[in-house]
Amino acid sequence: MANGTIAIDDKSFLEEGTTKKATGIASWLFSTDHKRIGLMYLIAIAIFFFTGAILGVLMRLELIAPGRTIMDAQTYNTIFTLHGVIMIFLFIIPGIPAVFGNFFLPLQLGAKDVAFPRLNLLSFWIYLIGAALVLISLFVEGGPIDTGWTFYIPYSVRTTTNVSLAIFAAFVLGFSSILTGLNFVTTVHRLRAPGMTYFKMPLFVWSTYATAWIQIIATPVIGITILLVVLERLFGVGIFDPALGGDPVLFQHMFWIYSHPAVYIMILPAMGVVSEIIPTFARRTIFGYRAIAMSSLAIAFIGYLVWAHHMFTSGISETAAIIFSFLTFIVALPSAIKVFNWVATMYKGSIDPQPPFLWVMSFIFLFSIGGLTGLVLGALVTDVHVHDTYFVVAHFHYVMFGGTGTIFFAALYYWFPKMTGKMYNLKLAKFNAALFFVAFNTLYFPKFIMGYMGMPRRYYDYLPEFQNLQVVSTVGSWLMIIVICLIIYNLLSGLLNGSKAEANPWGGVTLEWHIASPPPLENFHEIPEVTHEPYDFSQLKNMKYGLKGESK
Amino acid sequence: MNSDPTAYGQYVDSTMMYISLVSLTFLLGISATMVYFVFKYNRKKGVKPVDIHGSMLLETVWFVIPLILVMSMFYYGFIGYKDFRTIPKDALEINVTARMWNWDFVYANGMNLDTLYVPVNKSIKLNLISNDVNHALYIPAFRIKQDVIGGTQHYMIFKADKIGSYNIACAEYCGLDHSAMYTRVVVMPEEEYNKWYESNTKDEIKEIKTEEVAKKDSTN
Ligand code: HEM
Ligand SMILES: [Cu+2]
Ligand SMILES: [Cu+2]
Repeated sequence: MANGTIAIDDKSFLEEGTTKKATGIASWLFSTDHKRIGLMYLIAIAIFFFTGAILGVLMRLELIAPGRTIMDAQTYNTIFTLHGVIMIFLFIIPGIPAVFGNFFLPLQLGAKDVAFPRLNLLSFWIYLIGAALVLISLFVEGGPIDTGWTFYIPYSVRTTTNVSLAIFAAFVLGFSSILTGLNFVTTVHRLRAPGMTYFKMPLFVWSTYATAWIQIIATPVIGITILLVVLERLFGVGIFDPALGGDPVLFQHMFWIYSHPAVYIMILPAMGVVSEIIPTFARRTIFGYRAIAMSSLAIAFIGYLVWAHHMFTSGISETAAIIFSFLTFIVALPSAIKVFNWVATMYKGSIDPQPPFLWVMSFIFLFSIGGLTGLVLGALVTDVHVHDTYFVVAHFHYVMFGGTGTIFFAALYYWFPKMTGKMYNLKLAKFNAALFFVAFNTLYFPKFIMGYMGMPRRYYDYLPEFQNLQVVSTVGSWLMIIVICLIIYNLLSGLLNGSKAEANPWGGVTLEWHIASPPPLENFHEIPEVTHEPYDFSQLKNMKYGLKGESK
Repeated sequence: MNSDPTAYGQYVDSTMMYISLVSLTFLLGISATMVYFVFKYNRKKGVKPVDIHGSMLLETVWFVIPLILVMSMFYYGFIGYKDFRTIPKDALEINVTARMWNWDFVYANGMNLDTLYVPVNKSIKLNLISNDVNHALYIPAFRIKQDVIGGTQHYMIFKADKIGSYNIACAEYCGLDHSAMYTRVVVMPEEEYNKWYESNTKDEIKEIKTEEVAKKDSTN
């Protein structure tokens, strides 16, 4: 807990830490300040994302021609597994909550920190330990894991690669996720500033809150499943492997009971960021505040009931398949409602399409494609055909990368000036957004077509008829890696040589824009009283840092 | 434009077409509206934004219309699926064993092949079992697949209306040579199939030239 002392000097959190030692790496690694922890997550996650992207580009290079191009089949199999594990467990699941949730949840609530700052630091350490275990599993005897990120049994019990250690890493990472969720739920319940009722909370808070519940409730299931797999691998206890009298489909159920809700852990926080960015740049209130907030909760809870849509061809009963198909279509609706509300928020606004807003426009297009192609996967007959093909690969990249990944960049460009007090190159940022859009569609759209033509996923080799589309996709991967490098370049050079950012460059009104950039250690000199709705822009003229940072 | 070798595949394609057209309409509608708003309501001096908090009517409309549309998609998926899973009485049964990394097709008379031969216009029931890890038998041209799992037998039904030879792939990741588990299903005229079937025994199997069968396809 923040202990009530209020820093009266004007030092920012970058200059003043919570540790005794004021400077040096230890003042970061042992800091309980939510903002420093958020930034440390950002650095770690950026490194993993970049690694994962390089692995993706290597796969695409292998697939530029049929047969062997640059690597053998075993290497390809370990690379797509690693790519998946890194992107899912180290990038997209922690992603927005760990970086922006940590940094901005307390700020938007008007709190000095999260409810349990030390636990927060522990979560970060657990995350690092989990990541280290993944790394170790690559180099110890047995070799890197080759099961795909889904670890399906029996293959994962039989392969001689290092499955136990790698999935144990996922187990450890799960704890980081649970503890972060616990922390956020408590923070939202206990640390709202006076006057901030639930329906005055910004929508990013709402969606992080809904996500936190999924993290707490769903993650233990994957923990238990992983322990059972380890038991089976190490001691030959028959749980999932048919050779030992187990049931391999039971594994799939348990895996997806976590991993389907996990896709909402990935997307909900991103939806929250969208609900922040659109009002700020349209300078008007959000359309359908309650509909958006409640649809987050609806997604969080109905999301538990659709896991078996990943298993329509696994031999589950017809009745089960039909019920799960039905529920899947129902859970699609809250997401559609959000999209409509976002577009409606632009109506009669005063829109200034700065880089974060351009990223959001890109998001709406890409995420809509991701969501709409989900309908093809929800309908039974079409799913039976495209399940486990490139169609699914395209679909989940559109949702996860086009959805959450795009918003990760949008959030970076939106909050970067607040986090660092510096500004990046706006022109280059706009160019990034445009090039990303082109690169993304070149990289992934051909996969929808290949999938429908019958190109299965996780294929090292393919029939010659797919080559043209494969080449297009590979060219897209080159564009994509260029975009990623440009983004990193733009932000780093902004950090090092950028001009000083105004405290409120976009004219935002949620509480983080009421304080200096970068924020002081304890955020608010005085805990604010909340009297306005979250997106009431009439307060802009009375704010300390009002329009264009003109101090009043 | 019916190019599908099975009636079921035709059904899948038209369902796909339906979902795609609805989706495309929504995608274009959403994107065009968004781009239009961004131009129309671009920030100008002196023009004040209007705060609209929402509209119960609109929220209802854009809940109910998508609801009806997705329910229709669910319905098409469900009807076709029932068809796909129903076992016809006169189905010809063939046992299939998957292993890392090939397929075994075992006929009633005991003959054992790595290519699947079937008569045209006849319902075929494949009984699928795996010897080791999970696989999935996938015939893209027929728009069907079924996971093949150790310990439990699953089945898949199809009925080809066109003579020809089509790819079979493995669609569930099964390790090193997962992408090399290709074989073919050869659909033959009924008499030819019967003649061939009867002249074979467990130990002696007459070879059929896949290309010859495929050629007949164009005359069909
Ligand atoms: C430069 C960017 C990227 C490229 C070039 C890329 C490319 C690929 C390729 C070629 C595959 C293998 C497809 C197959 O054969 O089945 C793949 C799989 C996958 N990708 Fe990406 N990807 C990129 C970014 C991402 C991001 C940002 C995410 C997550 C947010 C992601 C998540 C996944 C997952 C979960 C898999 C499945 C792995 C498995 O089958 O076990 N990828 N990607
Ligand atoms: Cu799911
Ligand atoms: Cu396979």
